[in-house]
Amino acid sequence: MLSRVAERIYWLGRYLERIENTARLVGVYGNVLLDLPRPAKLKWDTLIAITGSGAAFAERHARADERSVVRFYLADRANPISVASSADNARENARTVREITPSSIWEGINDLHIYLQDNIDSAVARRGRDAFLRRVIESCQYLVGCMAGSMSRDAAYHFLRAGRYLERADMTSRIVDVGTANVFPWEASGREEGAAVRDSDPYESMLWMSVLRSLNALQMYRRQVPERICAEQVVAFLLQDEGFPRAIANCLDALQSCLRNLPGNKAAVAMVAAAIERLAKADIATLLQQQGMFEFIDHMQIEFNEMHAVIRASWFEPQV
Amino acid sequence: MKFTWQDYDSRSFYDELIGARGGARAAGRAVAKHISSLTMDEIRERQRAAELAVKTMGITFTVYNEGTNIDRTWPYDIIPRTISGSDWDRVEAGLVQRLTALNLFIDDVYNAQHILNDGVVPRDLILESVNFRAACVGMRPKHGVWAHICGSDLIRDHDGTFYVLEDNLRVPSGVSYMLENRKVNKRVFPELFAADNMRPIGEYTSHLFAMLASLSPRLGERPVVVVLTPGIYNSAYFEHSYLAQQMGAELVEGGDLFVGPDDCVYMRTIAGPARVDVIYRRIDDLFLDPDVFNPDSALGVPGLMRAWLRGKVALANAPGAGVADDKAVYTYVPDMIRYYLEQDAILPNVDTYRCGERESCAYVLPLLDKLVVKPVNESGGYGMLVGPTSTAEERRVFARRLRANPRNYVAQPLISLSTCPTVCGSGIEPRHLDLRPFILQGAKHYVTPGGLTRVALKKGSFVVNSSQGGGSKDTWIVDCA
Repeated sequence: MLSRVAERIYWLGRYLERIENTARLVGVYGNVLLDLPRPAKLKWDTLIAITGSGAAFAERHARADERSVVRFYLADRANPISVASSADNARENARTVREITPSSIWEGINDLHIYLQDNIDSAVARRGRDAFLRRVIESCQYLVGCMAGSMSRDAAYHFLRAGRYLERADMTSRIVDVGTANVFPWEASGREEGAAVRDSDPYESMLWMSVLRSLNALQMYRRQVPERICAEQVVAFLLQDEGFPRAIANCLDALQSCLRNLPGNKAAVAMVAAAIERLAKADIATLLQQQGMFEFIDHMQIEFNEMHAVIRASWFEPQV
Repeated sequence: MKFTWQDYDSRSFYDELIGARGGARAAGRAVAKHISSLTMDEIRERQRAAELAVKTMGITFTVYNEGTNIDRTWPYDIIPRTISGSDWDRVEAGLVQRLTALNLFIDDVYNAQHILNDGVVPRDLILESVNFRAACVGMRPKHGVWAHICGSDLIRDHDGTFYVLEDNLRVPSGVSYMLENRKVNKRVFPELFAADNMRPIGEYTSHLFAMLASLSPRLGERPVVVVLTPGIYNSAYFEHSYLAQQMGAELVEGGDLFVGPDDCVYMRTIAGPARVDVIYRRIDDLFLDPDVFNPDSALGVPGLMRAWLRGKVALANAPGAGVADDKAVYTYVPDMIRYYLEQDAILPNVDTYRCGERESCAYVLPLLDKLVVKPVNESGGYGMLVGPTSTAEERRVFARRLRANPRNYVAQPLISLSTCPTVCGSGIEPRHLDLRPFILQGAKHYVTPGGLTRVALKKGSFVVNSSQGGGSKDTWIVDCA
């Protein structure tokens, strides 16, 4: 397989995953705002913090109200993780790998792209948003199904999945970051910034429920962890669970198995293996108590960037 | 109210579907009958469904505009163009005859030059042509074939006779649209297919792959075939990727390839370099190899010509094949057929005056308002004068250019292109069209049954180019019982 094509299909995997993640994030965030009682004062600008988009947002909007934030995540092409720009990028990449992907995939992506163009405005208002987001997520899931059902397990498929799992691990880490780094404003107003979450916090379980929901993880979590929802258990589940497909341990494991199928994989596989080991050994309870979680996740995100760099160096950079 | 053909004008030009007396031609009987079983609203509904299908299938052509590429959907008309099988058999024989002679000619020009020595085609015309490649002299490609893929433009006159308007021997495009048109029509008009007996076209890419594979310099190995594209901003990118996909070949850009110290061509893959045997190149000669041609070309591969000349890789079409793709050389094709094959041309050329000849030029100049005058080396309708629709001032300017460089021009009478019923704002009206069949030549020949029909969607217009308001139709070769 051509190096250039490998790179594009890897990015196709990343962008498709990004579309779905961003759509989920916006959907769950809107719902949790409706759920929470007024004094919670959860604001739309918290979403900006989750994705580390503060500067890009501030450049374009004076106020972080619902309209501007939702528009920023769904329709704004200046935002590199918006649904619109991820879909543009996915389509552009799909267009350049049409010769190696089944035509149903191109048609599905093209169809999603057309749908977005025609309907994205209706999603900015709250009334049409739910149907819109559901359609977007369904389209992504349809595409994943098409790929699983119709692509040979060759290099193209492995690169596609490698992109997907690295992107997904990164998104899960950001979402966990939100819960643990106390960026939620009602907590900042209620007590000292950076203080640990109190057991008695009336909104804590609601917060973690919404975190789980944004990853479509609530039911699976409940089946796994019968106790009351609390920070330690949720974070451990999302980071270390080996069976849940959006947990970071599972993503890295899947990533590693994709890379194992590719030629010249030594450096890349070793790096992912080291990260898996570190993650498995982490003592979540202690990290939370001693406020080491922020740094731990920060370090993990740096590792994700390094994994991307080693994948690039191993397969995408022309070798001759 | 059902649609009726009663008010349809089939008398002004040769109409492909409806005869001058108002009845459907034999090959189009089922189509005409089916359309008249629908109301105009139902027909429009089908047209809309087709447009949506084209959009969803992502059938596009690219227009480069102000730094961004605009991916436009391919305009499409649902009423198929029908041609009878017996008419087509003759056209097919004519196309095979023509391409055979053209390949003999190109091979001759780069080797013994018999035809030039015998004075059948003027030596200067060939050796001074901008499409003549000195670098190719002495080369003997496999099978003696230089133009492996040819797209010839055909038109039909007022009496329905097919003429060849030009032969595209460099990088002809359009075949993917021909294939996709059929798929769209099957989606939106399935019942029409049940009623008729048309020849299938879907085998083109298998034939193309087999032909390309037959050019491989390595015998006994499974040949590695690639499609070389200038990239995503090229107007025909859709087609490049489509053909690569259908053939299961890699779609490569210049940067993906390099020539090794052993003069073989390699592509950069995730597992290191991999040898390439056959390149179906969709970039022009002058961009192929910056070491030999345009040194600024970033699209090509340094050393590619060396690899080709040493027989390490096959190029289709071969560099230099364009020497026969020139509107002045075109006028000699019937002579070539006689010279090489000792046959008369089955398909006639359009009468063409070579302005480089004194008497022809003297004949053309006073008739500029009646003729079409074209530069010999442009394509896509650039730099030509359409006499009947030109202004006196345009003709005055053009006459000056013609006198300054008469050899650069040929003149032809304006042909009244045939028409076919087409869905438009006010109902169904005749629109003018042409036809581009595709002919393959390797060890043997293949001709697409039908080809790409391009239709001028504007009333009265003869311009069928997609960039200028042209659309296309599915083309059916119908074997009548």
